[in-house]
Amino acid sequence: MSKPPQFGPVDDRPTFLERLFPWKQRVSKKPLYQLGVSRDLILDNIATELSRGPLQPAARAALAERVSHAPRHPRPALNGELAELFIQRITRRAATVQTLTDLSDVPAAVAQHLQTHCLPTHIAVSDPLAALFWPSPIQLHTGAARRNEAVAVSLARLGVAETGSVLLGAGPDTPTTHNFVPDDHIVVLHRQDIVPHLEDAWASLRNHGGMPRAVNLIAGPSRTGDIEQTIQLGAHGPRRLHVLLVG
Amino acid sequence: MTEAPRVGLFATCLMNVFRPNLGHATLHLLELAGCVVEVPTAQTCCGQPAYNSGDFDGTRVLAKQVIRQFERYDYVVGPSGSCMATIRKDYPRLFDDEPDWRRRAEALAAKAHELISFLLDVRGLKLDDVAFDGTATYHDSCSGLRELGVKQQPRELLAMVRGLQLKEMRDPEVCCGFGGTFCVKYPEISTRIVDDKLADIASTGADTVLGGDLGCLMNIAGRAAREGKALRVFHAAEVLAGMADGPGLGGEDAGKGKAG
Amino acid sequence: MRFETPRFKQAAVVALHDERLRTALARSRVGFIGHREAAVEALPEFEQLRDTAAQIKDHVLDHLDYYLQRYEQAVVAAGGKVHWAHSDEEAQRIIVDICRAADAKVITKGKSMVSEEIGLNDALIAAGYEVVETDLGEYIIQLAKEPPSHIVGPALHKTREQVTALFAEHHGRARKETVAELVTEAREMLRDKFFRADVGITGGNFLIAETGTSVIVTNEGNGDLTQTLPRVHIVTSGIERVLPSLDDLPVFLRLLARSATGQDTETYTTLSTGPRRAGDPDGPEEYHVVLVDNGRSQMLGSRFRKMLRCIRCGACMNHCPVYGSVGGHAYGWVYPGPMGAVLTPIYQGLKDSYDLPNACTLNGRCQSVCPVKIPLPEMLRELRHLQHVERMGPRLQRHALAVWRFVASQPWLYRIAEKLATTTLARLGGPKRRVHKLPFAEGWTQSRDLPAPAGSTFLSQVPRSKRA
Repeated sequence: MSKPPQFGPVDDRPTFLERLFPWKQRVSKKPLYQLGVSRDLILDNIATELSRGPLQPAARAALAERVSHAPRHPRPALNGELAELFIQRITRRAATVQTLTDLSDVPAAVAQHLQTHCLPTHIAVSDPLAALFWPSPIQLHTGAARRNEAVAVSLARLGVAETGSVLLGAGPDTPTTHNFVPDDHIVVLHRQDIVPHLEDAWASLRNHGGMPRAVNLIAGPSRTGDIEQTIQLGAHGPRRLHVLLVG
Repeated sequence: MTEAPRVGLFATCLMNVFRPNLGHATLHLLELAGCVVEVPTAQTCCGQPAYNSGDFDGTRVLAKQVIRQFERYDYVVGPSGSCMATIRKDYPRLFDDEPDWRRRAEALAAKAHELISFLLDVRGLKLDDVAFDGTATYHDSCSGLRELGVKQQPRELLAMVRGLQLKEMRDPEVCCGFGGTFCVKYPEISTRIVDDKLADIASTGADTVLGGDLGCLMNIAGRAAREGKALRVFHAAEVLAGMADGPGLGGEDAGKGKAG
Repeated sequence: MRFETPRFKQAAVVALHDERLRTALARSRVGFIGHREAAVEALPEFEQLRDTAAQIKDHVLDHLDYYLQRYEQAVVAAGGKVHWAHSDEEAQRIIVDICRAADAKVITKGKSMVSEEIGLNDALIAAGYEVVETDLGEYIIQLAKEPPSHIVGPALHKTREQVTALFAEHHGRARKETVAELVTEAREMLRDKFFRADVGITGGNFLIAETGTSVIVTNEGNGDLTQTLPRVHIVTSGIERVLPSLDDLPVFLRLLARSATGQDTETYTTLSTGPRRAGDPDGPEEYHVVLVDNGRSQMLGSRFRKMLRCIRCGACMNHCPVYGSVGGHAYGWVYPGPMGAVLTPIYQGLKDSYDLPNACTLNGRCQSVCPVKIPLPEMLRELRHLQHVERMGPRLQRHALAVWRFVASQPWLYRIAEKLATTTLARLGGPKRRVHKLPFAEGWTQSRDLPAPAGSTFLSQVPRSKRA
């Protein structure tokens, strides 16, 4: 039943069987670090170990098709209205959600949040939100988060009902640091941007300019269970996640 | 099946030596379920100890022996999840290079059953007039549970026993630490695992432990005895056959019945 | 990382006597098993997802060369760079070179098992860099100078009191007693490192061939700060982590969160594709991926190929009674528990890792919870087979097995042996019918009685009419 050793001495590293039985290892060893060599070596090894040579064009075409059109995999059934599921799931993960009727209500809601939690009024916002009318004493900036940034207000590209997460994409108007540096993260999400499953979120990204540099799916504030499995919020990222659901 | 099926009783090594009472209980239950039972006396071991020690050649020798002795029956049934899982799941895998034996192994595997699931799933056995006085908890032995899907069957049958109250452990599905040769190769680890099992048993308040595999039960009984814990340990089949009136495994009372 | 597996037996006994470890393991077992079970029950599609995940992984492994090339093309198209590391040593050197070129001083790290596997921290420290682990658990064990004891909860063997003492010693601040205070203090100490770091190194839970994306999942957000703030982001990942399409990813995310921590989702799932783009206000200027082979391509052609399905969720160890008794450190290398008992012999040799495949009851629970259905018990048995063929293991055990095997193949001889055993044990058992001490079986009798047989075997008692 045992497979005979069939690893040719393409390099001086111990073969698989030599790893298992090290005392059978060959003695000669030379430095392994040769720039550019490893790539081809690894790819060759893979083809050899799979008992075949390089893939033929027809096989490659089939795999290319598999990459561009993956089969539909099972998705969890979602019973209920998307926004309700989203709210239920993200709040279960310790986020708070406030519903607003119009985008113009955002500044007031933010001001309220700042007041409730006694937060500073100098905040970072996503560029598209800066155009709203922000009452004093709130002061805005739209650049990357600074080291002592306390509050950021971001515009989410999507919400995902399945997981109860908001999806934020990095871009010139939407700095990634806003999502992780501040203690308080406020995310604006349009109700019609909530999709059922993660696959739907990818479809939306593909249809709207492809993959951003960073896609952040966020389901609640930062948490850790690393000390005695006690869940503690605010490990490294925001201590609070507040979602303003518009529409 | 209209005609009574012919069943070859697989007398597991541990049962044969340590618990003849279980053999009699098995015989009785199979007959109660309408089977014609025969016990091939030239049988030895299913080969599991060799298989789990990595001695695949040795396992094949013993597997062939079992196949020869039992392939003439409609069913082969034994009171052990692990022995029967070896026949059912492992035998066919052993003969990749011997197609003829592979076919025979597969044929035997298809008709090999663990006793308790056989009684309920294949024979639809109903019990009346069986009683047991006590509160018991049921340990799910790993091979029976995970390889053969034995979970509800013993509980359903035990529910037909008058006077028996079943209380579940917090985690009845965790291993007891027996593991065949594991328990003698790594006794300290095995002891910790069985201690955890005994603690879980104690937390149910049950005075009796039941299970479907003698290896696990001897491990649990042996540790309980050493620790001076009063615990009755029986194979579930002994209770179902109404033959659990004597001492349990490792029990102190005078031997019963056929004991020499 | 040091290789201590040859001392497994001794280390296991020491661990069994460690009361604090026992408390910690009992706590984590209850949490991990219970939470996973609840999360799985709430998702009826879970079994279907497991089958799908195993299929996807097998498909990828069958065409791994193709998908890695596709992935590389896509990374390059997004402005990133892919490095191929044949061995652990080569991976170390590639990463040290990137750090050197970036003129780095401080390096932050997200949790990554592959970086433990290739011994990255030691290599970077030897090259003169300040290396800071940022996952709280990893940070704790870095301070304690210990290896992780679990692949998801690296510090789960530590009690709160131990963390209090560690922080007081290393931070030079007043002792913090509560978990909340400890977490806050770590947050403050690490915030400075995040902003000072020149290079951030993360793992890659998944790599997407379609888009050249690397994916990490965390709950703390440390991985994101690690990869967003420094000038250079390095992803280290095993070559087996590639998936064809973004649409394959959700299958694994659904399984991973539930299997690892019993959550529907982890808090942060981050997909990274290349470096900072024109107009971006933040993000790394350089994006490197180090693809680590280190024996994986050779596993492809072996009987252990299915091990490459592993997504490092830790469910096998959470459900392993042996891991639950001795903890992760006793295993003596990077990967503990059932998956480690398969991987360690493959990496470190069968003889020096003799105990790992054997210290297993083959109860099968690991396989039953594995999200990608790796037949772990079968692989452990296969390793035992290789050991058997090589005549490893204690001589007495091997000879006993050979004698038993011969006797069991001769029914007449077996009957005699059986009778002898039955009468001897019955006599040894005495009126209490318990054997307290048995030569050659001290492993059993040192902590257990042996229930003694009644005096004759079942086969000798079977009525003649039923014999065949």
